[in-house]
Amino acid sequence: MKHTISVLVENKAGVLARISGLFARRGFNIDSLAVGTTEDKNISRITLLVDGDDYIAEQVTKQLNKQIDVIKVRKLDQEEITRRELVLVKVKMSADQRGEIIDIVKIMQGEIVDISHTTLTVEMSDKPEKIDLLIDLLSPYNIVEVARTGTIALQKGAAIV
Amino acid sequence: MITGAEAIVRCLENEGVEYIFGYPGATVCPLYDKLTKSSIKHILVRHEQHAGHEASGYARIKKRPGVCMTTSGPGATNLITALATAYMDSVPLVAFTGQVSSELLGRDVFQEADITGAAEPFTKYSYLVKNAADLPRIIKEAFHIASTGRPGPVLIDIPVNVQTDKLDFYQPEAVDLRGYKPTIKGHAGQIKRVLRAINNAQRPVICVGGGIFAAEGQKELQQFCESINIPVVSTMMGIGAIPTAHPLYMGMLGMHGKSIANRAIIDSDLLIIIGARVSDRAVLLPANVSKNTKIVHIDIDPAEIGKNLDTFIPVVGDAKEILRQVMEEEPEKKSVEWTDALKAAREMLTLDYEPRKAGINPKAFVHLLSRTLPDDHIYCADVGQNQIWSAGNCEVRTGRFLTSGGMGTMGYSIPAAIGAKLAAPDRAVVAVCGDGSFQMQMMELATICQNNVDVKIVVMKNNKLGLVKEIQRKSYKNNESAVDLTGSPDIVAIAAAYGIPGRRIDSMDAAEEAIAQMLGNKGVYLLECVVDENEPSM
Ligand SMILES: Cc1ncc(C[n+]2csc(CCOP(=O)(O)OP(=O)(O)O)c2C)c(N)n1
Ligand SMILES: [Mg+2]
Repeated sequence: MKHTISVLVENKAGVLARISGLFARRGFNIDSLAVGTTEDKNISRITLLVDGDDYIAEQVTKQLNKQIDVIKVRKLDQEEITRRELVLVKVKMSADQRGEIIDIVKIMQGEIVDISHTTLTVEMSDKPEKIDLLIDLLSPYNIVEVARTGTIALQKGAAIV
Repeated sequence: MITGAEAIVRCLENEGVEYIFGYPGATVCPLYDKLTKSSIKHILVRHEQHAGHEASGYARIKKRPGVCMTTSGPGATNLITALATAYMDSVPLVAFTGQVSSELLGRDVFQEADITGAAEPFTKYSYLVKNAADLPRIIKEAFHIASTGRPGPVLIDIPVNVQTDKLDFYQPEAVDLRGYKPTIKGHAGQIKRVLRAINNAQRPVICVGGGIFAAEGQKELQQFCESINIPVVSTMMGIGAIPTAHPLYMGMLGMHGKSIANRAIIDSDLLIIIGARVSDRAVLLPANVSKNTKIVHIDIDPAEIGKNLDTFIPVVGDAKEILRQVMEEEPEKKSVEWTDALKAAREMLTLDYEPRKAGINPKAFVHLLSRTLPDDHIYCADVGQNQIWSAGNCEVRTGRFLTSGGMGTMGYSIPAAIGAKLAAPDRAVVAVCGDGSFQMQMMELATICQNNVDVKIVVMKNNKLGLVKEIQRKSYKNNESAVDLTGSPDIVAIAAAYGIPGRRIDSMDAAEEAIAQMLGNKGVYLLECVVDENEPSM
């Protein structure tokens, strides 16, 4: 099972190292980790996607809470959050494939952000499942590079972490 | 304006630090230079690992963070074992390490080691100080973090230029860490659930760990178990939480524990764990806990609850506070049958205190030693067979039993005893170690002599790494590999070389008189006890 965990941390040197060290040490499997600043420049938000049962999710939450630099930890309910991930996909193609690829990108509501004689770079921001689908649809062509940001999430409505 | 080094010394004085255990080097020279002008006493160890252990022994008795200090690079890496040992046993330390000049950081210059990185898994928190002006706040925070919540070591790594940089000394009044607010009081609803669980239980048992000492809750624990008549077992770290001769105490549990203590756990229907980690070795749990046993787990560290054992009622907070809260609810006194049966079984246990054909009986010896020592003595046990002999047979009354429980670090007992003695100069302090572990710490005899530390040292000499030999006998068809200590020096002669009086005994006939002679000696003394190499741990 996938759990989405939102963590507010002090924006200080060494915090990320501590947290990633903790995951490695305790054998937690992290699918994705996205980190960035927040509305407060002293606070960063880490969004984690953790694969595991409820025991693992609880252990991750507790071990994170134990960190001095961690201000808040919240396990987010999948149903109650808006999730987004950004991807860039570079596809190598022949001239006659270009039209098909552009069609796929249009349907998926992605965007072509770079083009050359032999390549196209597609950008898309959506739920991670949609990103997976885009990659799947492009896979018959020659995908040469993919960069994903990892999922970020916020609660729906007025709720905040 | 003052220098960073002066600021550090002033902060340490403000914290009431009496002793620093340390070893100098180039990158802490500015600090050592200012130290001579301070009232703080510096204890020069003979190896940095022991600086950490001495600070640990001091902290556990003084109930204040112990302070140690080393230079960068090898000085700092030599400290790591002591940090890890303190971390596993939740001992509050504030460790200072020198570091290369900040503009050189990350370039692998002479004696540069990423010590905050290397020690990360073994520290509660660490700082790499970039600006001298931050020192007063950081040091205040470090003492706060080390000593509150679940205590532990905090590392402050200070580049040499930060020690010479100037600052306007300003120290904030209070510590404000928004991510660190330990819970002290138990949740009222959980306390009620604990009360109901106790009232409904037929066969309750308390399992106490080292957390009770951190909370200074020994008195409350004794009141609690006596008032409702609940038997108590302990982990190795919990030995002495109530006097070992107390009628309700069933002994240490686990792999090397008392059968009656393990029996009590297996047969119980309610297990109240207080300040214990429920680790594999010490507790032999969770395998032995029946599915019908309800578990109450009281711990200041929420991350310990539910980690190794499914918990029925978790209670996060300070053990002493929570025991008080539960007692205020006036739980029912438990039936005498269960407790009496355990007490009777305990009486039936035969103690193996018979003399041996060759050498002393180490169990009988440590028993006699602890009984001869004053009630409030501090007993420091090392690691190996000697630790098991000590843990199972040493009598703790109002004193303390100090050992490296979580890490099992050989070479802990003598430095811990030095620290403990400096923390409590009026109490008798004894270190009991093996001949292997003695050789991991014997350089500290010089520290003892230089500072006139009155500790008594007992070395159990079996000429083997006894505990490993025993494992090889049981699990590796007696194929002894690398456990023979031939080549070791004459230990009494080693002591004599330091000017330390001592003697060797090889029979229980001499034990009583030898113990009297040792305890009667003013100042440090070493007693070597010859033990047969086939003497079992249990
Ligand atoms: C630093 C360290 N190294 C190795 C070990 C593994 N070990 C545990 S007990 C033991 C033997 C200890 O020998 P000794 O001090 O002579 O005590 P004895 O078992 O003979 O009483 C060893 C090597 C350890 N616990 N700590
Ligand atoms: Mg030995």
